[in-house]
Amino acid sequence: MANVTLRNVRKTYPGGFEAIKGVDVDVGDGQFCVLVGPSGCGKSTLLRMVAGLETVTGGEIDIGGRVVNQVEPADRDIAMVFQNYALYPHMSVYNNMAYGLRNRGMAEAEIKTRVEEAARILELAPMLERKPRQLSGGQRQRVAMGRAIVRQPKVFLFDEPLSNLDAKLRIAMRVEIRKLQRRLNTTSIYVTHDQLEAMTLADILVVMNGGQVEQIGNPLAIYEKPATTFVASFIGAPPMNLMSTQPDEIKSQLGSNGRATEAGILGIRPEDFVITDQTPTGGVALPLAVEAIERVGAETFVYGSRQQDEERVAANPGELPPGDVIVRVPGTEAPAIGQKIRVAAVREKLHLFSGDGRTRIEV
Amino acid sequence: MVEEEGFRRYVAHVILWIGIAIVAFPVYLAFIASTQDNALIANGQMSLLPGGHFLEVYYQTIFIGTSGSTREPVGNMMLNSLVMALLIAVGKIAISIISAYAIVYFRFPFRMPIFWIIFITLMLPVEVRIYPTYKIVADLHMLDSYAGLSLPLIASATATLLFRQFFMTVPDELLEASRIDGAGPFRFFWDTLLPLSRTNMAALFVILFILGWNQYLWPLLITTRDDMQTIQVGIRKMITTTDALTEWPVVMATAVLAMLPPVFVVVVMQKLFVRGLVETEK
Amino acid sequence: MQKQAIFQSKLLPYALVAPQLAIVLIFFYWPAAQAVIQSFLLQDAFGLSTSFVWFENYLDLFKEPAYFEAIVRTFFFSFAIAVSSLSFALLLAVMADRPLRGSTLYRTLLIWPYAVAPPVVGVLWIFMLHPSLGVLSRYLRAGGVDWNPLLDGNQAALLIILAAAWKQISYNFLFFLAGLQSIPKSVIEAAAIDGARPMRRFWTVIFPLLSPTIFFLLVVNIVYAFFDTFGIIDTMTRGGPGTSTVTLVYKVYTDGLLGGNLGSSAAQSVILMVIVIVLTGIQFRFVERKVTY
Repeated sequence: MANVTLRNVRKTYPGGFEAIKGVDVDVGDGQFCVLVGPSGCGKSTLLRMVAGLETVTGGEIDIGGRVVNQVEPADRDIAMVFQNYALYPHMSVYNNMAYGLRNRGMAEAEIKTRVEEAARILELAPMLERKPRQLSGGQRQRVAMGRAIVRQPKVFLFDEPLSNLDAKLRIAMRVEIRKLQRRLNTTSIYVTHDQLEAMTLADILVVMNGGQVEQIGNPLAIYEKPATTFVASFIGAPPMNLMSTQPDEIKSQLGSNGRATEAGILGIRPEDFVITDQTPTGGVALPLAVEAIERVGAETFVYGSRQQDEERVAANPGELPPGDVIVRVPGTEAPAIGQKIRVAAVREKLHLFSGDGRTRIEV
Repeated sequence: MVEEEGFRRYVAHVILWIGIAIVAFPVYLAFIASTQDNALIANGQMSLLPGGHFLEVYYQTIFIGTSGSTREPVGNMMLNSLVMALLIAVGKIAISIISAYAIVYFRFPFRMPIFWIIFITLMLPVEVRIYPTYKIVADLHMLDSYAGLSLPLIASATATLLFRQFFMTVPDELLEASRIDGAGPFRFFWDTLLPLSRTNMAALFVILFILGWNQYLWPLLITTRDDMQTIQVGIRKMITTTDALTEWPVVMATAVLAMLPPVFVVVVMQKLFVRGLVETEK
Repeated sequence: MQKQAIFQSKLLPYALVAPQLAIVLIFFYWPAAQAVIQSFLLQDAFGLSTSFVWFENYLDLFKEPAYFEAIVRTFFFSFAIAVSSLSFALLLAVMADRPLRGSTLYRTLLIWPYAVAPPVVGVLWIFMLHPSLGVLSRYLRAGGVDWNPLLDGNQAALLIILAAAWKQISYNFLFFLAGLQSIPKSVIEAAAIDGARPMRRFWTVIFPLLSPTIFFLLVVNIVYAFFDTFGIIDTMTRGGPGTSTVTLVYKVYTDGLLGGNLGSSAAQSVILMVIVIVLTGIQFRFVERKVTY
């Protein structure tokens, strides 16, 4: 067992492209760390650097108290589950799992014990003699996991392992991975672009963007107090509504509490709005014209327009077009399209950011 | 497919059978001739049905050869052809797969120039360099040897390209998984890449074996000793078109024996053959 | 195109390419370079001194009527072989490309001549059409044809063309069949619904869609006719009667065998090289089109 520490890790490609711009992360022993971010944010590169598949051009990667920058992947005592599983197509399930152990010169008897144990845990026992092409997607995924666990490594690395599965299986495997990791208590680093997967799996969540860490922390803490507008719009679905604090309508509501002076952007999550004619003390109320309704059963999303010609906030990934607001309401109480409504959020549910969106402003 | 009425189908069957007849007739004739008496054939009295000399003619052909000047048993010629074809096929595959491996899986100075040097050999078939190559083989004392027969034909841009193309389709993650599993370049090649290339190698082998077996100009040039003759060269030396002394049954038996191995390979391994043919032409 | 995942090693890759490189340099580049150098040199009658003569060997070659004839003959043979073999193979492929009973059997029965070696093809055909003992010659003579390819140059040429085209039928058939099978059936069905009768469907829909295959095969057949006919010619006519079936490759071979002018022989080789380079170039330009069609 081991903790993984990244100290100011950098990756610059020969062409000069900076993929990782100095990352510090500390994953404690037995913790499940999830790296999440949009594609191209550097999360996979970072994981591959931990695995030793990409060279480190700056900083240190430390696994279990040993700096491994120059260590071969095979000698880092890690195991990896790939997005496309990377099973050896010509080897049976058994041999896929045994291959890495054999290469380390382990005795056949010990290999057998370990593979059979892994097969039992993953319910692969009846298919040990099959070839990967004879397995379903979920089974292949489990073989890839099996290949990782037979090694009993210090660290598991997962590179978007569920993205090739259909939605239903993805949820089932998500739960399975989490149970397995708790049971084995092995330090894990998991890469995904799916914020829901990230929220549900992580002990520590690392939100990345543009080769940098935007925020590190407990998933719920990140949800409740996003450090930047990027995190605010990336974590949570539908994304947080972000709006400029400049229009008088908002400025006056914030100003009365003396907070709006430094804040440039106000964020309110769709689920924090209620439809009401009252304005809660210290909160914010907005008039909206309902433009579209999405009913998904237990809840309904109301898409409204604020129709003011205000200064618009630059759109971040996952963000709405400026001026538009999403409101989540319980399934029964949806307004009609074209209706004018007023929505409001209480003071505790307001998120304030600096004008560039890079800093969160606490009240 | 658009359904067709009976008449058109009937025509299609007839045309195909005519095609098959045209394709098969010369070979049928050869087989018939190889079972008949030479005197009848020489008189132009040959029957179109099998004669009664099958065993006799084939025994003579395989173990003795013609009774004329070049008395070399065809069995021995077939052995020479077989050794040459195998050396060419296996040699081409072996040196091509490792050079493709180096070019795809390593980064090293002069990688691309080396690739081009191999590639350009496509434009240098043996026919355009026969005499200078002959001289080199002679200087290396490789005339009348299996090495001389096979080495100058063994480089293969096509096979190298084919393996390169195939390796490019092997997912990168497989190599990464191997590295994490503790496999180095040799292990990865032997445990993973080679087993994955099996079908490609087999298809290529079928084509290269046929090409090797059917080599003519090069063996003709560099074999002077009768016991080093390949069957293709041997058959040519048996016929003297203007001379009535040609032993036609033996010649035709030799022709049949010369066709047998490659035709067998094509018919039995048809799938691999078709695949190999299409792949190597890409 | 390059792999992202690679191994690090300084010497291993060189060791891996060494065998191929050694053979290529010794048996391909060295002789080819020799031929090029030789083609610019002139050796005196006793082989005592050589001098650099620029393109004199080439000029002499083109002044030689026999060489010029060989060029024309080679191109004529190539064209005749390609056209006859391609059209017959296309006919067969179109007939086979339909849900007939026994269509795999037809394929098997039509593709095996690919495996017959050119010298054997020569032997088979000369035996069949030998002036005195050929089985078919009997019928030709009975039909009033004065058939003797061993004396009549035109008949010899015809024989070569027929034999060479025969051998190439299976190869062409295979590629035509593959080409036909890659045409989406829905396109043909659409044409049928648009009222095109079978013949019209073939010429307006199938044939144009097949044109990349036809072009590809044309190049392959020309290359074949240039080089692989050597074995056929050598067993059937040995270039004769006279020089009426001598092609460029055959001429390189016989001129070299006579041991005569080294420079001229080298110049012939270089000209062949240029022809191969041009043909390969055309083929490769075409490969790109084949992928997209």
